[in-house]
Amino acid sequence: MLAYIIRRLLYAIPILIGVNLLTFALFFVVNTPDDMARMQLGVKRVTPEAIQKWKVERGYDKPLVWNAAAAGSATLTDTIFFSKSVRMFAGDFGRADDGRDISREIGSRMGPSLAIALPTFVLGLFVAISFALLLVFFRATTLDFAGVVLCVAMMSISGLFYIIGGQWLVSKVWHLVPISGYGGGLDAAKFLILPVIIGVFGGIGSSTRWYRTIFLEEITRDYVRTARAKGLPERVVLFRHVLRNAMIPILTGVVVVIPSLFMGSLLTESFFGIPGLGSYTIDAINAQDFAVVRSMVFIGSVLYIAGLLLTDISYTLADPRVRLQ
Amino acid sequence: MSIQPVLLWSDVLLFVLMASIGGLSLWARRQDALRAAWARVARNPVAMSAATVLAAFVLIGLLDSVHYRARLPAQPGAETRYSVEVNSALDAVLADLRQRAEKTYSAPLATHLFAKEALENSAQREFPRLKFGGAHLGADLAAHEFDIAVRVSRGCAAGMLLWLLMASLWCRLADLELIATLKQLREGNQGSGAGNPATGAVFVTLLGILLLLGIAISLGGGYHVFGTDKVGQDVLYLSLKSIRTGLLIGTLTTLVMLPLAVLLGILAGYVGGWVDDLIQYLYTTLSSIPGVLLIAAAVLMMQVIIDTHPDWFATSAERADARLLALCLILGMTSWTGVARLLRGETLKLRELEFVQAAQAFGVGRFAIMRRHILPNLMHIVLIALVMDFSGLVLAEAVLSYVGVGVDPSTISFGTMINTARMELAREPMVWWSLVAAFAFMFALVLAANLFADAVRDAFDPRSSA
Amino acid sequence: MTILSVRDLAIHIPPGDFRPGAGIARPVDGISFDITPGECFALLGESGCGKSMTALGIMRLLPIAARAVAGTVNFEGRDLLALPESGMRDVRGGGIGMIFQEPATSLNPVLTVGRQIVEALELHSAMRGQAARARAAELLDQVGIPDPLRRLDEFPFQLSGGLRQRVMIAIALAGEPRLLIADEPTTALDVTIQAQVLDLLDDLRRKQGMALLLITHDLGVVARMADRVGVMYGGQLVEEAPRAAFFSQAAHPYSVRLFAALPDAKRRGGRLATIPGSVPAADVRHLGCRFAERCSEAVLACAATPPPWRVVETGQRVRCHLPGAAPAALPQIGAGAAVLAIAARPLLEVSDLQVHFPIRRGILQRAVGAVRAVDGMSLQLMAGRTLALVGESGCGKTTAGKAMLQLIRPTAGRVQLDGVELTTRSAAELRPLRAKMQMVFQDPFASLNPRLRIGDIIAEGMQALGTGAMGANGSMGDNGGDTAAKVGPLLEQVGLRADMVDRYPHEFSGGQRQRIAIARALAVHPQLLICDEPTSALDVSVQAQILNLLSDLQRDLKLAYLFITHNIAVVDYLAHDVAVMYLGRVVERGTADEVLRQSRHPYTQALLAAVPRIDGLGPLVVKLAGDMPSPANPPAGCHFHPRCPLADDACRRDYPPERRFGATHAVRCIKA
Ligand code: SF4
Ligand code: SF4
Repeated sequence: MLAYIIRRLLYAIPILIGVNLLTFALFFVVNTPDDMARMQLGVKRVTPEAIQKWKVERGYDKPLVWNAAAAGSATLTDTIFFSKSVRMFAGDFGRADDGRDISREIGSRMGPSLAIALPTFVLGLFVAISFALLLVFFRATTLDFAGVVLCVAMMSISGLFYIIGGQWLVSKVWHLVPISGYGGGLDAAKFLILPVIIGVFGGIGSSTRWYRTIFLEEITRDYVRTARAKGLPERVVLFRHVLRNAMIPILTGVVVVIPSLFMGSLLTESFFGIPGLGSYTIDAINAQDFAVVRSMVFIGSVLYIAGLLLTDISYTLADPRVRLQ
Repeated sequence: MSIQPVLLWSDVLLFVLMASIGGLSLWARRQDALRAAWARVARNPVAMSAATVLAAFVLIGLLDSVHYRARLPAQPGAETRYSVEVNSALDAVLADLRQRAEKTYSAPLATHLFAKEALENSAQREFPRLKFGGAHLGADLAAHEFDIAVRVSRGCAAGMLLWLLMASLWCRLADLELIATLKQLREGNQGSGAGNPATGAVFVTLLGILLLLGIAISLGGGYHVFGTDKVGQDVLYLSLKSIRTGLLIGTLTTLVMLPLAVLLGILAGYVGGWVDDLIQYLYTTLSSIPGVLLIAAAVLMMQVIIDTHPDWFATSAERADARLLALCLILGMTSWTGVARLLRGETLKLRELEFVQAAQAFGVGRFAIMRRHILPNLMHIVLIALVMDFSGLVLAEAVLSYVGVGVDPSTISFGTMINTARMELAREPMVWWSLVAAFAFMFALVLAANLFADAVRDAFDPRSSA
Repeated sequence: MTILSVRDLAIHIPPGDFRPGAGIARPVDGISFDITPGECFALLGESGCGKSMTALGIMRLLPIAARAVAGTVNFEGRDLLALPESGMRDVRGGGIGMIFQEPATSLNPVLTVGRQIVEALELHSAMRGQAARARAAELLDQVGIPDPLRRLDEFPFQLSGGLRQRVMIAIALAGEPRLLIADEPTTALDVTIQAQVLDLLDDLRRKQGMALLLITHDLGVVARMADRVGVMYGGQLVEEAPRAAFFSQAAHPYSVRLFAALPDAKRRGGRLATIPGSVPAADVRHLGCRFAERCSEAVLACAATPPPWRVVETGQRVRCHLPGAAPAALPQIGAGAAVLAIAARPLLEVSDLQVHFPIRRGILQRAVGAVRAVDGMSLQLMAGRTLALVGESGCGKTTAGKAMLQLIRPTAGRVQLDGVELTTRSAAELRPLRAKMQMVFQDPFASLNPRLRIGDIIAEGMQALGTGAMGANGSMGDNGGDTAAKVGPLLEQVGLRADMVDRYPHEFSGGQRQRIAIARALAVHPQLLICDEPTSALDVSVQAQILNLLSDLQRDLKLAYLFITHNIAVVDYLAHDVAVMYLGRVVERGTADEVLRQSRHPYTQALLAAVPRIDGLGPLVVKLAGDMPSPANPPAGCHFHPRCPLADDACRRDYPPERRFGATHAVRCIKA
């Protein structure tokens, strides 16, 4: 078990290196820093000096991977690759275009992101699984059919609609909660309720349908027939037998996103003006702040890989066949 | 010649796609199992009415993909010149809608602008009359509502007539009694044991579409059915134009990704060893980057390229088209991993099946086995992935365009429509119509696609027969 | 006095999405029988006759689409079909227990064995907590599971197939039912384990006075267990008889044919009786006798009116128009031509073949051991003869067959085909040799690519090998120019029609598919055919057709067969030589007579004794206890010693050398 986890951890290293190389290639090789500078400065202000100044300000004036001018180890370290990509492994993301330290910024924004993403995730999981169990309990009846149709309809609605519609209805028509903004402490609750509800609502359709499929597949298994042949009521069959087994495929799909909850939700955060990582990312994209985007890509992959690892572990815990072998 | 045909890259790909779908369906006709599965889809009323709606959307999309440049009025002596503006067949059909732009916002079916303006030679601020919307009423504004009712009923009648025409044509072809068939339709289509149970659904859907079409045409002759946007463009026109973008993103992306996913998935699963390790590494790495961020990064970089090479594109339409294609490419590159993983798993199972071993016992080569034995048995998964992905991609376009990494801002799409409309929500009173129109069209398209995809999956996936 | 009385039970499945245009399927179409307390009633029938559906119908556990539309199921005075669902739950488990065919999938994989038993106990008794746990351990002990307290906390995957089926039985017993329905309880188990489980069931029945409804396709199991037999065909019972009468003189033409289709030594070299055609589909409507199309005794009335029940002298009830109990004489069967003269030339020589699959562990995934699937086996197969490789599942026989064909590369050892060494050749160098050796697989549904037409399937080998020219028989010696023209004759050779080339596999029944698979192998004119359990997925009557076909082909084409199987009766019927495998090694080999009738190895003896016999003779030797150990970790010394009744210290020390008895008979046992 421990060896297994260590092996998975070791396996993560080449993947992170791969991500790093990929982003490096995307950001510095496909386009040279000169191109970026030209674009950022705008057509009118492009002069060689301006470009040079822009690059120096951001530390993009070094050679890409090999600094022939430097001496000793500096041939490797005094390069864009080293200063911009390798140092990410140490958690050093450099500065954003507005001069702020990206690592610091990320640290302070994770809290709000999590405050909204975590409740959404937990509540969404709970609601969708209960809903799916309900449909499965009444499978092959009109209720089931109507439920599935409702799910399909709900997942056909754009996520943007849920947000815009929800904001309009709850905040503008009913004046129940503030439309956007964020506060610390207990105050946060009144800002969070709406985005969480909307987040849960928007995800119900597809996840309920997915869980329902899993449950239905599980319910045709032989052991379910055995359980019924014992005389167990359908409710017990569903909760004790089907749900436990279905948790295994559900876990594989769900656990992987848990670490990524830190990343926040791009749309929700930007619509509701929550100062989390999601809105940070969107702002960076809109402002074309390459340093921030690059950092978020890196953090995102680290979290995803952590999610994979967590999946493996939870899977092992949930399934005795894996745990005990 | 008064026009110069323009072939955008996306048009080419779209037509190639259509041709290959045609080719594939010819091939599938000869495959018993596939034909049986499609026959199941064809007998599913929900699927077929969804398919009818989809067909209507595709028709609009295809019309919008025949591009041309109109000839400019000939200058004596000068050689013929063509407008820099690239139009499509749809633009020509909708010329009225396109050209009758107002000054700014107006509500659906309105006769006046949405905001008061200072009129000429008057100190008062008033709602000015629209240039086109309701212009035929003249001073007789009291007749506004009556006129609308008349137009709606006229549209209904026309739609009904058209539908009856089509129905009788179909009955003639299928050798059926029109009246009897209609009666049967009204009685819920139960009795028609011999016929396809889905035929009725198709006709009912068709009736709905034709009625809407009739009403839209009849109303659109005198009003802006969905109002106008900030610069006075007809929202109905914008919505119709958005369809092509949605279709393109939904289909071309899959087209880009499929060959890669199929090739790598099968290779990884069948060959195994270091090839498998390498391919798995590749897709784990790619999928470990959060999708939106990877797309954002790639789109930003692509934007830099496009901006730094303005000389590559003759018209702005071409530039927008390039960006659209690049978006498909990027979406494709980031989304092949899921399908590849699925195919790899399935190949691993197939590889152990006895018919593959029988082929190995004959010394059939690896690639021949993959082509003859593995690939055909994966086609249903590929197909399911294709139809299931479509709706997700249409929705994703809206989100990406909202984030600012979607299509070119000058491309009309659901995403750009929503993005601009969102700003208008803050106005008091609210300008809601372009938002609602965009969402409604998108919902219809995605819902139809989802329902159709469900039916396809049920018909092709042996496991989901429940 | 009856405990269960089924009257005119009919189960229908309306046509669903997947069978548009089909009629209503009637898997069970009016079936009536009674079971008295303590009695064992066997429902016998081939696949698709509706026997399992009947059992599920009694328990009201039918699949969602199927419904019991008529009849009554009277259990201890209550009509089960009329009970509300809640009342039915008391009957399930409490009144009627049920065990199923697949012990591997019938237990919940994520709950412990104890939990699954206790759950049933809590439902049907007042026992809770420790008391229930103690009772569960008692039940495990009762079904013969050693060390029950430890097993309570284990998960099903930690148990072997035999133990799992015992757990299933323990669960069924927890509610102390008066009737146990066993649906093919031993079909998924090996013969030695099957014998243990059947003994257990019989024992429980006698001790607890529990009635048993046994559902099976296996005449041997019926002979071992049943008091009375009901033979099912096409959703109805066609014969009902006390066991003795049934086995001494079956009355219905269908039953008679089932017996005649069984392979055994008496029929060696001859032909088996087959039933032409196949079981009618469940949605066919019948006017007369359901068996009429396949019955050679059919008279005019058969097709027109359904036969009535009739009692014949011997005491059985039959549904047949024929007046007498015994059907008209069957074509005399058996006692065929003498065994082929022994060919001098060894076609296949295998020595010290090993196939190991590494077990990887730890951070660096280093191989820390190996599953020794095949662990040094040697054998010889003469041209034109049949060598049967016999063993229980997991003994490595299939792996060995594939390794000989080089479908799996052996770890060590030599394989020579016609004097040519195979193991050292590259894939490309092997290709020309592949025409000489081909394989027929077990599962006729997985062995044909569903996306290819029959013609293409059969032509595949010819195209890949460009055959014809190299064919040993030289009869079709061209360069594979028009392979299509050769496919037709091949199809006819295996008993199909030439015009079937354009069809797809799904249009064929299991037996027909196996014929196609044989035709595919024959297409390249092999001299050696490795048949991996080619009939184990087929019904007896169809198995007989395939066995007949194989022996015809051997006679006509001088083929050599390596016949991999666990079915001793089949071995006895067609093998010239036999090799018995245990845990990756051949423990005894010799001619069929030597191995099957003068067996010297204790394992072979136990294996033979475990096969249930239809002639009513009981077992002669002590049955085997326990399971086959894992090939990842074989016992030291003689692999068989943990289960061997004769084992002593010498056995535990060294692996026994091969001892020869006569020219052909070799045994690896020091006590032989
Ligand atoms: S009734 Fe006729 S067809 Fe049926 S088994 Fe008897 S003899 Fe054969
Ligand atoms: S060698 Fe010993 S343990 Fe092995 S079979 Fe012979 S008597 Fe039994």
